[in-house]
Amino acid sequence: MSDASLNNTILEPEASFGDFYALLKPRVMTLVVFTALVGLLAAPVAVHPMIAFASILFIAVGGGASGALNMWWDADIDAVMKRTQKRPIPSGQVTEGEALAFGVALSGLSVVMLGLASNWFAAGLLGFTIFFYVVIYTMWLKRWTPQNIVIGGAAGAFPPMIGWAVATGGISIESVLMFCLTFMWTPPHFWALALFMRKDYDNAGVPMLTVTHGRRSTRIHIFVYTLLLAILAVGTSFTSIGGPVYLAVAVVLNVLFLKGAWDIFRRDEDASEADNFKAERGFFKLSLLYLFLHFSAILVEAILQRFGLGGW
Amino acid sequence: MALGKQHEIHTRRYGRNLGVGLLLAAFIAIIFGLTVVKVTRGDYEPARTEAEG
Repeated sequence: MSDASLNNTILEPEASFGDFYALLKPRVMTLVVFTALVGLLAAPVAVHPMIAFASILFIAVGGGASGALNMWWDADIDAVMKRTQKRPIPSGQVTEGEALAFGVALSGLSVVMLGLASNWFAAGLLGFTIFFYVVIYTMWLKRWTPQNIVIGGAAGAFPPMIGWAVATGGISIESVLMFCLTFMWTPPHFWALALFMRKDYDNAGVPMLTVTHGRRSTRIHIFVYTLLLAILAVGTSFTSIGGPVYLAVAVVLNVLFLKGAWDIFRRDEDASEADNFKAERGFFKLSLLYLFLHFSAILVEAILQRFGLGGW
Repeated sequence: MALGKQHEIHTRRYGRNLGVGLLLAAFIAIIFGLTVVKVTRGDYEPARTEAEG
């Protein structure tokens, strides 16, 4: 290396440890970790604590790796949207090549390590999840169809199924129900965000429902999906992962969520702009609590069942 | 240049290097922990045939 090239390297901004950590989308990772942990603990097979810890860790690393690959592919969109402009690639801290290498390396590592720590079925499911999020959602659906959020939501819904597979080595109706809960929750959650962050998606040219079908249609979609979600969420109470605690939590949350969706449905754009999208922002915040508390209730039921309580 | 003198890059990348070092140490600890659990549980013992009892 010549002195000249060394000086050039020094002048370029250099990625810190924190920048690489930010590539993993830590906030999304908390959702992945939590739902995967609930899936693992709700399963009827006990897992050794060390294997459970390592499995959840590698599921989290896999989720983070897909986040890094998503940021690599979407760097052009992230640079335009206000919400994502400070991400490591658009801010110039990490190069696209670094993010790609980081994401691919962590993807491989997480799948292989999960297979060695637990079983190859769970590892295969993690590999498929990464593929689904990066290739099916990020590369294909996101820029092509307004159904991007609906189908892409499946990627975020797989972690509890992977957690369940770590314990049982397979799939069952209970793990599919946990998948469905997150899958049905994702569209209203993101469409509410799209309603109050509308300029972002317009500018980036992402075919969100708000852009392609209009805002009125998005409000109708939010209400219909919330209604279907409520039926599913309350219905889950009467399966083996549900119980009285879950039922109480589900009824309260779904009444609140339906009320929020109804408020969004009834409002027009003038009313929303007058109070800076208060109902839409409130619905979005509630949606975060909604998913967290539903999975917490499943966890509580699983713990109670260990003591001979819980369930029906 | 004196032997003990650090290059500027060592100071600049201290945080990153420390982070990678700690991660590698944690990774080794996890592999070790997993190995202990799997070996003591008998995951790697060859399957016994009926004839062997």
